[in-house]
Formats: sequence, structure tokens, C-alpha cells
Amino acid sequence: MLEIQGLTKRFGGLTAVRDVTTTFEKNRINAIIGPNGAGKTTFFNLVSGYHKPTTGRIIFDGQDVTGLRPDHVAKLGVARTFQSTTLFDKATVLDNLIVGHRLRTTSTFWDVVLNTKRLKEDEHRCRAKAEEVLDFVGLSSVAHHLAADISQEERKRVAFALALATDPKIVLLDEPAGGVNPEETLGLAELIRKMIRKGLTVCLIEHKMDMIMSLADKIVVLDHGEMIAQGTPAQIRSDQRVIEAYLGADYAAA
Amino acid sequence: MSKTWQKPLLAVLLVLAIVFPMIAANDYYIYVMSLAYIMAIAAVGLNLILGYTGQLNLAHAGFMAIGAYTVGILTVDYGVPYWIAFVVAGALSAIIGFFAGLLSLRLKGHFFSIFTLCVGFMIYLIIEKSDALTHGTVGIIDIPAPTGIGPIRFDNTWSQYYLVLFFLVVSLWLMSRIVHSLLGRAFIAIRNGEDLAETLGINLMRTKVLAFVLSTFYAGMAGALYAGFVRFIGPAMALESHTFDMIAFILVGGIGTLFGPLLGAILLTWLTQSLQFLQDFRMIVFGPLLILLVMYFPQGLIGYWRERQARRAAASMQDRRLKRSVIGSQHEVSTNA
Amino acid sequence: MNIFFQQLLNGLTLGSVYALVALGLTLVYGILHIPNFAHGALYMVGAYVAFYLVGSLGANYWVAMAGAALVVALLAVLSDRLIFHRLRNAPPLHDMIAAIGLLLFLEAGIQAIWGAEFHRLAPPYPQIVRLFDLVAPAQRLIIIAAAFGLMFVLHLFLTRTLTGSTIIAMAQNREGASLVGIDATKVSVLTFVISGALAAVAATLFAPINLIYPSMGHLVIMKAFVIIILGGMGSIPGAIVGGLVIGFAESFGAFYVSTNYKDIIAFALLVLILSFRPQGLFPTGARA
Repeated sequence: MLEIQGLTKRFGGLTAVRDVTTTFEKNRINAIIGPNGAGKTTFFNLVSGYHKPTTGRIIFDGQDVTGLRPDHVAKLGVARTFQSTTLFDKATVLDNLIVGHRLRTTSTFWDVVLNTKRLKEDEHRCRAKAEEVLDFVGLSSVAHHLAADISQEERKRVAFALALATDPKIVLLDEPAGGVNPEETLGLAELIRKMIRKGLTVCLIEHKMDMIMSLADKIVVLDHGEMIAQGTPAQIRSDQRVIEAYLGADYAAA
Repeated sequence: MSKTWQKPLLAVLLVLAIVFPMIAANDYYIYVMSLAYIMAIAAVGLNLILGYTGQLNLAHAGFMAIGAYTVGILTVDYGVPYWIAFVVAGALSAIIGFFAGLLSLRLKGHFFSIFTLCVGFMIYLIIEKSDALTHGTVGIIDIPAPTGIGPIRFDNTWSQYYLVLFFLVVSLWLMSRIVHSLLGRAFIAIRNGEDLAETLGINLMRTKVLAFVLSTFYAGMAGALYAGFVRFIGPAMALESHTFDMIAFILVGGIGTLFGPLLGAILLTWLTQSLQFLQDFRMIVFGPLLILLVMYFPQGLIGYWRERQARRAAASMQDRRLKRSVIGSQHEVSTNA
Repeated sequence: MNIFFQQLLNGLTLGSVYALVALGLTLVYGILHIPNFAHGALYMVGAYVAFYLVGSLGANYWVAMAGAALVVALLAVLSDRLIFHRLRNAPPLHDMIAAIGLLLFLEAGIQAIWGAEFHRLAPPYPQIVRLFDLVAPAQRLIIIAAAFGLMFVLHLFLTRTLTGSTIIAMAQNREGASLVGIDATKVSVLTFVISGALAAVAATLFAPINLIYPSMGHLVIMKAFVIIILGGMGSIPGAIVGGLVIGFAESFGAFYVSTNYKDIIAFALLVLILSFRPQGLFPTGARA
């Protein structure tokens, strides 16, 4: 689904990501872990087109997407969330989501001026999509709340919904469970599984190890921009380098 | 929802605007109101790039001047009929806006604002220094009033008032279309966060340039109307202080709202008119007003009103949902907290 | 040769005034990330204060300069404490609009007191200095010497004192600086003091060979912005080099191209350079 070949990103003298090669299988949950500053978010920025890699290639669904602009990558089916999502607080949650499907529509400025049938259909589709994804993440009940008035966990779910509204094939989640309590974390993990059941591929960055270990099919460990290990949770748990660099004794294989 | 009485309210306002000349004490009031409408058209345009798309363009008055000078030069020096000059003015502002936008929108945030400040000043300097084309510091005088269309003539304050009102209504109508469409949602998404907008598949550059061009088109149209209405123009109209005036209109009325710029333009124009002694020193009031607004009342009058409406609407939706779920004794209640 | 020297001197004079204004602007930007549109108005107020002290109170030129620096520094600090500091968590749009509000207020206020007409500060040193076959007005030499002297002192202060290096540290990393216990309030007050004083000194230096009027700050502030965009926002050497570049471009441009369009040169340069290098000549990474 997503193939990374020798990916490197340097900022001036600093190497944020160094020669990472890995693949993310279709319809699986892939996790990227590592200490702060390991280059995880930079990795996402590279895949989603926000930064251009210094060297290396990114193959998505058989197509070379290296160096494409973010909006182009999004249209090909890569969606992502950010650690914090800025919503338009004065509009309702549903209103915030409608724009998410805009990339799948074709109406132009002239459709707007002439108020064409195509525009009406597009707007109808976007609204329907927004309702659909809101239902999918279990937030139909707050659809008409102002975005300013929803909880932190609901914000996380809205961010998921916004990503899903783009009709993606793969969703990159940057710390999806950051800043929410353990109970809510379980709920979000369940939501991620639901995305898999729907046929999506997920790739997430997360610090909550319990969540990762129970959720992920494959884990990639970054440290100082380098990939020091990859494999199943069981393999990662018993990997000596990972334990030393990141996990500590607590997660050593039982 | 407030939508049910929004239309009647708009109808009442329109009727008020139509009967205004009949109840105005004298022609001077009609003149002032027309001027406020023209400034409002320009401010509605600025609001698209500033309020909806989140880019503080400080060259807006420059584009208004481009529109005005196009009409002034074409009608006075080349004898082109007003309406042809009018169309050229809109087109030219948009074309120059396109190139200026392409260049300046590569810069983000503060840098964009500083750059457009310089662009605006360049427009001013070019107008002031190009004596042969623009009559330099003297400005252009004796610009003809808009030529009549059929039986209607635009040679008095009354008919000009209605002409300006017509364009104001059309401007607002078109802007309403734009900002309430998917396109408007893309603009707002960029204002909320460019990174997020881009990952939602919105082409940042193209969308921002479109907003910029549309806003300069509005500025050019407003300038063209201004030239035909006031009948003389000078380079000073391109100065950034006029952009600052428009920013004040937008902030008072409500940034990022459809009618905010209009409300602000009318309120502040009449405020300066009624405080005659303030004419030259209006900025002693406007300056601190701008500061106090961004500090304590950044949403403006209509923004404030809209926020209350939205909250009330959300609450009533909530009530209805709550009742429904209680009746059906569904499990939904718990999530409504 | 003589004409060339004259242009060189003009360029150096202009450049050193621009550099002083740009330095204040870039320091404030580096620390608070505010493009202070009111900075040109502070410059203008500085000229008026000096004009008042010399013209109405008969103060000595240098005393007037110190007085102007004091008043404008105070004004700058007040603007920070009353406005910018309170808006530090607001969207960037808000502090730009607040800065514009301050600019409008200061200009209108000065105009209300002194009127819109032009004033002139009597040149304290009207002599002409002759060196071999070169002639130079003393005031221009004073401007250049004073400006570079001041820049040197500022450089020493920023690099050799603890307080100075905290300013640099803050400019480089705001969060990090507050983590290691730098008093952010003290640093921002100090930065505004320096930036206001520099603007007032620049204005007082330039006033004897220029006119004083309420909108005199417009062109200067815009050129200062051009300078710091070219030189890199927050960069001190960038402000000095950029100031000199614009100063020379204007003096030689006015002579060899057209006096009429000399004020456009800076902006044309900006447009040209940003068309090819949107990140400026010396990118700092501060570009948000």
C-alpha cells in the first residue's frame, strides 16, 4: 500500500529522517513509535507531501508520490490528522466537516456564480458525506453543536471524521489519543479498528504503549531519525535495541 | 433557526434603503450615504480575503485607485463611454490583482501583509509620479457621470444613489453566493489553518489567488463607481490609510460576516459626518477604536449577534434531540452532556 | 570621481538611518513576532519631540536627541505593555491590526498638536567639511558616525552583556528561553526600549537635512520592512547590511536612473528579489 524507500530529510545540518525503508500493508494498523524528536512527525510530513524529501522515494498504491504537493497527495487518497486540530469554533461541527469532501467535487467559481445544478449536487454530496463520517465516528449527537463547545475527545473524533471525509485509502493519525483519558483512549482505539473493518489502512504515531501494543499489526521504531527496528508488537517488545533506546525494562518480553 | 426571519429582515432593510432618499432631510445626506455604499462595496471585497480567507491585504485601496483611475483616464483623456470604462476598470483591477496575488501570496502571514503594504505604496507612487498618464499630483478632474441607460439618467444625486445601491445589492448577493458555497468553505478552511486545508486537498495557491482576484475585482468596481460619483480623483486614494479605513469598517461591523463591512461602513461614515470637527482627526478615534476592538470585541457587531444566534440554534437543536430521545427512551441521552 | 563620492556619501547617510530604524523593527520582530507597523510613527514622534525640544525649549541638539529617545522609548514600552503584550495569544491578524491602530492614533495625535505642515529642525552643524578635493556637509558625517557608533555599542551590548545575550536567546528560541528561566517581561520591555530609542535617534539625526511632517514615517517604515525582509526577519547583521544596500541603491538609482522614481527602487528591489527567492536573501527560518 505504502512503500518507503531510503527516505531521508535534512534541515540544514540536521537530519530529521535518515534512510528509512519500510512498507505499510493494506488494511493493517501500522504504528510509528520513538522518543520525542525521533522524526515521527517529519515522517508524516514527508508522506503527506508537506516536506519534500532530500532523498528517497515514496510509493503509494503503486504510484510514485515523492515530492507531490499535499493537496495532490490528498486527492490520491492519503489523509492525515494533526496533533491539534483547529476547527472554526463559531460554526457547528457538521459545518466544519462539509469542506472535507470538497476535493472530490468539481464545481468551479462559475458554478457558484451561476448556481448550477452541479454545484447543488456537489454541496449535497459534501453534506451527506459529512453526516456519514460524523455518524461513523459516533458524533451524530453533537452535529449541531458549536465546535467551540465540544470536548477534547470529541475534537479528536472530529479530526478523524474530517480525514475520513476526504475518502482516503490510508489515514495517517498523529497522536490520535494525545490528551484524552484512558477510558476515552479505548474508545478511540475501537474507532481505529472500525476504520480497518471498513477497509482502510491506518498509520499512527502514538506514545501510549498499551494502546499501540494491543492495536498495531506492525510497529516501526524511529530513534534520532533512524529506523532501529520494525516488526510485530511481540518482536518489538523483545528487541534489545528498542528496549534500550525507548521502551525500558517495563515492556521487555514476558 | 434564525433563517425564518432573516429574509423578512433583509426585505425591510432593502425597503429602508430604497425609501431613504425620500425621507433624507437633504441631498447631502443622500450623497454621504452613496459614498458609504461605495466604500462598503470595496470593504465587502476586502472582507473576502481578510475576513474569510485570513490574509491581511494592505494594498486594497491601491486596487480601488486602479479602478478609479482606469475610469478617469479612459473617460477624460480618451473619451471612452463611462460604462465601457467601467467594465475595463473591473477587468484591469482583477488582472493586476491576479499577478500581484501570484507574487504576494507565496508569502505567508506577516510577510504577506508587509509585502502588500509595499505593493499598495508602489501603486500610489506610480500614480503620483506618472504625470503623463495619471495627471500626477493634480489628479483627474471633471470625470463624467455615468451615462444614462435607456430612459434612466445618472446626472443627479438621487439617481446616482439608486445606481450605487443597485451595485451594492448585486455585490452582496454575489458575495453571499460565494461565501455560502463550497468555495467559501474552502476559503474559511484556509483561514482556520493552511496546513489542515492543504491536507484536505485544497490547492492553497489557487484558492488564495482566486480570493485575492475577486477581492481586487470588488475594489476596482468600487473605484470605478467612486470616479463616476465624486467626479475627481487624486493619488491619495491609493494610500494605505484608506485600506485602514476599510479595515475599521470590517472590524466594527464584523469580520468574516456578509453584512459586517456594510454596517461598519455606514456607522463609521455617519459617525465621522456627525463629528465634523473630527474630519481631519478621525484617526484619533479610529486608531484606539481598532485597538480596543481587536482586544475586547474582535468579532464585531454582526459577529457578536451571529454567535448568539448560532449558540441559541445549537441549544434548540439539542433540546429537540433530547426530547426525542427521552420519548423513545434511547441510550443517546448520556452523550448529550 | 567627486560625484561618485557624493552619491556614496548620500547612500551611506541614508543607509545608516534606515539601518537604525530597521534594527529596532527586526529586534521587536525577532522577540515578539510582531511586525510593528507603528514603528514608523515612533520614528516620526521622535523627530517631533526633538523639534519641540530644540525649537521651543531651546535645548542643545544632543540633549534633544536624548530627550526624544527617552520619550519614544517610553511610548514603545507603553505600547507593548498596554497592547501587544495583552494580544500575545491572539491570532496574528489582531496584533497587526492593533499596530495599525496605534500608527493611526500617533499620526493623528501629532497632527492635532503640530498641524499637517512641514517643519524643519535647524541644522546644528551647518558647516561643510573639506578633505583634499572632497566636500561633505558635517551633518551627514555626524549621521554616519553616530549611527555606526550606536550600532557598535548595540553589538557590544547584545554580545558582551548577560542582558543582551538573553535578548538574542529569546529571539532564537522563545519557548526554550522561558524554560531556562529568562524573564520574558524584562526582555520584551528592554527590546521595546532599544527599538524606540533607535527610532528616535535615527529621526533626530536625519531631521536637520530632512523635513518633519506627520506622515514622514510611512516611507521609512516601509523601507525598513523591505530591509528586514531582504536581510532576514530578526537578523541584526541583515538589518545593517540591508539598510546599506537600500541606501546605496537609492542614492545611485536617483542619480543614474531617475530622481522621480527613487522611492520606488526599494520596493522594486523587493518585488524582484522575492519573485526569485521567496525566502529572502538571508533566510532565518523564522518565516512562519
